[in-house]
Amino acid sequence: MIRAMLGEAWMAMGANRLRTLLTMLGMVIGVSAVILMLAIGQGAQQRVQESIASMGSNLFIVLSGSVTSGGLRMGGGAAASLTLADAQAIEELPSIAAVAPSAPGTAQLVYGASNWSTQVIGTTPGYLTVRDWRLESGSAFADSDLRSATRVALLGKTVVRNLFGEGDDPVGKTIRIRNSPYVVLGVLASKGQSLDGRDQDDTVIVPVTTAQRKLFGTRVAGSVRMIMVQAESAEAMPSVEKAMTDLMRQRHRIREGADDDFTIRNLTAAADAAEETAKVMSLMLGAIASVSLLVGGIGIMNIMLVSVTERTREIGIRMAIGARGRDILLQFLLEAIIISVIGCLIGVLLGVGGALAVNRLSGTAVVVTPSSIVMAFAVAAAVGIFFGWYPARKAASMKPIDALRYQ
Amino acid sequence: MAHGGDAVIRIENLYKEYVTDAGPVPVLHGISVTVHAGEFVAVMGPSGSGKSTLMNIVGCLDTATSGSYFLNGRDVGHLDRDELAHLRNQVIGFVFQGFNLLPRASIADNVALPLIYRGTAGGERAERAKDMLVKVGLGERLNNRPNQISGGQQQRVAIARALVTDPRLILADEPTGNLDTHTSQEIMTLFSELNGRDGITIVLVTHEPDIAQYAQRLVRLTDGNIVYDGPVAEALPHHLERTT
Repeated sequence: MIRAMLGEAWMAMGANRLRTLLTMLGMVIGVSAVILMLAIGQGAQQRVQESIASMGSNLFIVLSGSVTSGGLRMGGGAAASLTLADAQAIEELPSIAAVAPSAPGTAQLVYGASNWSTQVIGTTPGYLTVRDWRLESGSAFADSDLRSATRVALLGKTVVRNLFGEGDDPVGKTIRIRNSPYVVLGVLASKGQSLDGRDQDDTVIVPVTTAQRKLFGTRVAGSVRMIMVQAESAEAMPSVEKAMTDLMRQRHRIREGADDDFTIRNLTAAADAAEETAKVMSLMLGAIASVSLLVGGIGIMNIMLVSVTERTREIGIRMAIGARGRDILLQFLLEAIIISVIGCLIGVLLGVGGALAVNRLSGTAVVVTPSSIVMAFAVAAAVGIFFGWYPARKAASMKPIDALRYQ
Repeated sequence: MAHGGDAVIRIENLYKEYVTDAGPVPVLHGISVTVHAGEFVAVMGPSGSGKSTLMNIVGCLDTATSGSYFLNGRDVGHLDRDELAHLRNQVIGFVFQGFNLLPRASIADNVALPLIYRGTAGGERAERAKDMLVKVGLGERLNNRPNQISGGQQQRVAIARALVTDPRLILADEPTGNLDTHTSQEIMTLFSELNGRDGITIVLVTHEPDIAQYAQRLVRLTDGNIVYDGPVAEALPHHLERTT
C-alpha cells in the first residue's frame, strides 16, 4: 500500500517538475543555511574549547593572599606565604592528579650572538602534566634535578626561534640565563595563543629549586608565587577544593574565624563561561538559519494548497472508486514529505559543501557534526508533515460528489 | 441470476434538496424504487429531472436529505465516510459519462487503482488489471495513457476499472453520452454481456431511447418524481424492431 502510494506521489511530482523543484529549493536553502550556520557556530565553539584545553583541565590555582604593609594592602599574591612544602602536602591529598608550584620571573637569555628577554618559570615536572604540555624533543628534568637545583632548562618554541633561528636543534646546547650557563634538556611543543592573547610559547621552564636558589632568590625560604593543582576529574573538584582549604588553613595555622592568607581559584568556572558564550552564539546562528527553513516550509504548504485545488477532480475520482479520507490524506502528506526530505538531502550536501568552501576560502573553523545532519533531517520531515498536513486534510475532507463535479 | 431475487437497491421515500443562496431547491420528491439482483434498469428523464442526483445517491457519492436507502439490505443513511468509501470500493462499480480516468497514469494503472485502496498486493494488482483489460478488448494497450486512445476505448478502460473489484452492481451515468453511435452500441453490448452472462446488476442513466433499449426495465423521472416504472418494451414500443 505505502509503496503504491509512494509511486503515485512520485508520479504526481513528476507531472509538474519545475514547480516541484522550486518548492524543493525553499527546503534546500533552508537546510543548507542551518547546516552551514551550525558548522560555523560549532567551529567557533571548538576553537574556544581548544583554547581552554590548552590551559589544562580541572585546574585550581592556589595563590598567596595579600599583605598589609604600613597601611598599604598589597593585593593577592603579594604575601610570600606559599611554599614548596605546601605543594608537597597538597600532593598527598586524595583525588589529585598533579601539582605544580611555580616561581616565575623575567630574565635575559643569551645564546651565541642572540639574546632574548622572556618569562622564566621555576616549577616541577608536574607542570607539564597540569598544563597538558608535551615535549617536542628532548626530555623533561628529573626529580634529581629538583633536589640538587641543577642549571637545566626547557625552551618554548618562540624562545627557540629567537635564540637559535630555524633549523638548529637546541637540545644539549648551553644557553646563558642571567649570565649563568643552563643546559637545554628539551623543547616544548607549540601551544599558541592563550585566551587573553599571550604567546604561551614565549616561556622557559627551569626546576623550581634552581629558580629559587640560583636565579631569582626568595623573600622567604622555599616560597613560590602560586601552586597549580589538577584534580583527577571534574566531579572531584568540589571535594578537592574543600580538602585543600582545610589543609592550607591548618598548615598556615589560621585561627577559626580568621581570613585565609591564600586564595584558591577554580579555572573551570571561567572556562565554562567562555564555552557557554560560544554555545549561545552557535545556537543563535542556528535559530536565524531556522527562519529560512520555516519559510521553505510555508512554500511547501502554499504549493500543496494549489496542488490540492488543481487536483480536486482527481481526488473526486479516487474517492468514487473507494479511496477513504485517510488514503487521500496520506497521498498528499507523502508528497509534502518527499519534497521536504529530498530538499533536505540536497540541502545537507550543499550545506556541508558550503562549510568546506568557507573553511577553504577564509580559514574559519567549521565543524559538521552528525547530530546537526540528523537534526536537519528530523526538522525537514517535521516541516513536511506540519505544512503538508493542512492541505492534505483539506483534500481528504472533500465530499466525493463535490470533488467529482469540480471543473 | 434470476429476476425477482434479493433486493440490491431499495429506496423508500427518498427526498433530496440542494441548499442555494436563493433557498433550498428540491430535486427528488420522495422517490421509492427497488432493484433486484440481476436486473438491467435504464433511468431516463429530461435534464434537471434528478436522474443524476439519484444515481449519485445510489452510488454512495452523495447523501439524501431524508428517506432511506438500503444497499444489499444495509441502511446506507447511517454509514460514515469510511464505510461509504468501502461500499464504493467493494460493492459498486461506477462508470461516468466523462470516463474520469487519471490522465497521468497508464491504462493498466488506472484499472488497478481501486485495488490499491483495497490493499491488494502489487503483483496481483497488475495481473488482475491486465485480465480485466483483456476482457474489455484492450489487452494490447496496457501502457498507453488515456489521451493516446479513443473515447470508446477510454470508456472500456473505465468499465474495466469498475469491474476489477468484482462488484455485483454497476452504476453507469450516461456512459455513452460522449461517444458516437457505433461506439455506443459496442459499449452497450459489453454491458448486456456483463448482465446476461455474468449476472451483474446494472443501473444505467441515459436520455437516448436507443441506449435504454438494451435494458429490460425502465424508470422514467420527471421533476423529481417517478412517472413510469415498468418494462422497456412497453414504454418504447417504436424502438422494439431495432433490437433483437
